[in-house]
Amino acid sequence: MGVRDLISIRDLGKKDIESFLSEASRMEKLLTKPKHLLSGKIIASMFFEASTRTNMSFQTAAKRLGGKLLTFYPSISSAAKGESLADTIRMMDGYVDAIVLRHPYEGAARFAADLAEHPVINAGDGGNQHPTQTLIDLYTIKKLKGKIQGLKVTLMGDLKHARAMRSLLYGLSMFGAEVALASPPSLAMDQDIISEVKSKFGAEPVQSQKAELKDCDVLYVCRIQKERFPDQYEAEKMQRDFRVDLELLSHADESMAILHPLPKVDEIPPEVDSDPRAKYFEQAKNGVPVRMAVLNKCINGR
Amino acid sequence: MPLTVQKIEEGTVIDHITAGAGTKVLQMLSSSYPISKMCALIINAPSRKLGKKDIVKIEGVFLEEKTVNKISLVAPQATVNIIRQGKVSGKQKVSLPPVLSGVVKCPNPKCITNLERAETCFLQMQDGQLRCKHCERVFKPSELA
Repeated sequence: MGVRDLISIRDLGKKDIESFLSEASRMEKLLTKPKHLLSGKIIASMFFEASTRTNMSFQTAAKRLGGKLLTFYPSISSAAKGESLADTIRMMDGYVDAIVLRHPYEGAARFAADLAEHPVINAGDGGNQHPTQTLIDLYTIKKLKGKIQGLKVTLMGDLKHARAMRSLLYGLSMFGAEVALASPPSLAMDQDIISEVKSKFGAEPVQSQKAELKDCDVLYVCRIQKERFPDQYEAEKMQRDFRVDLELLSHADESMAILHPLPKVDEIPPEVDSDPRAKYFEQAKNGVPVRMAVLNKCINGR
Repeated sequence: MPLTVQKIEEGTVIDHITAGAGTKVLQMLSSSYPISKMCALIINAPSRKLGKKDIVKIEGVFLEEKTVNKISLVAPQATVNIIRQGKVSGKQKVSLPPVLSGVVKCPNPKCITNLERAETCFLQMQDGQLRCKHCERVFKPSELA
């Protein structure tokens, strides 16, 4: 396959994604056996923005494959003296075999990939893309349900600001899932992406203000980002209407899977964590084999 | 009585500019070329094709492709006439190219091209809108002008 950088889900065709997913499944089986696919390789981990899961799971993935990590700390590097991202990337590119980059500016990974000779993997560029998250989501859904095509998937919460939701809608539409979008009107998914999946994949996402969980196979929830609201009361009110509690779940099938990109705050109360339908920690765990697959494919081209 | 504007000898006439977009076109020109010779902006001239149109006549200036591309963002039906020795020596319809590189800034303040020195690049989509290669946001042509 032709992928060397991983920048955006838009760069990937169905075959590319399938190839990442089958590689991830192979990696999952090999998870605890020592492997040396990345031995002798150094991977730069450059996080210009806070991260827990993405950073930790990339580091775990690299170590599981025998690779070494070089961690870049923006606050104690020359970036703090005003060095440009371009110069930082060119310099780092001279040291390592691959760069994992998270940056608050949109398009930062594409910009870095144009400068670097080694593979650049986008670990989140502002509100734009987070392709490894989308791969993890698709991997988790496929692993739990055996397929993606024809599944009824509801995306619920703040669909306007969450980049994970936009990319996931794209990926699900590519694979022929039936997607429902449930959000307050002011936090609805951007029309641009809805038109895009309609014209590219013939998808017909259904928009509503309430999640209809009957016959739903997967409920994907994301946090309402309260920090974006000037009126905290308004934000909390919206959150109450879009909370996944045991009452809401009483209307859902026993086999429905609940996913969440995490961190979750109060959109899913702790008592749901022990419900057998809650699969978000398993989803987070899948971050390791999926990122192992990404590192191996981008660095070794396999 | 019809309004007559003096002919130009050596320069450019941009005709069939969408009515109302003439001032924007003139602004684009003045940011790329020094306007030291005669220049006329005609607003709301009658047009059989468009109903009404704006026209810019500018002496001593010949447009580069980059400027023609920029004009296409606000006046997609415009024609650029090159005038030599008082006569039309060349005619070109403006058109939005499939890839617009280094012509305009990205309007998204969070786009990396507004932080670093990077050449912007917009890709034209099927519906005529443009997607920034970097931040992947979609814009109408007029939003980029």
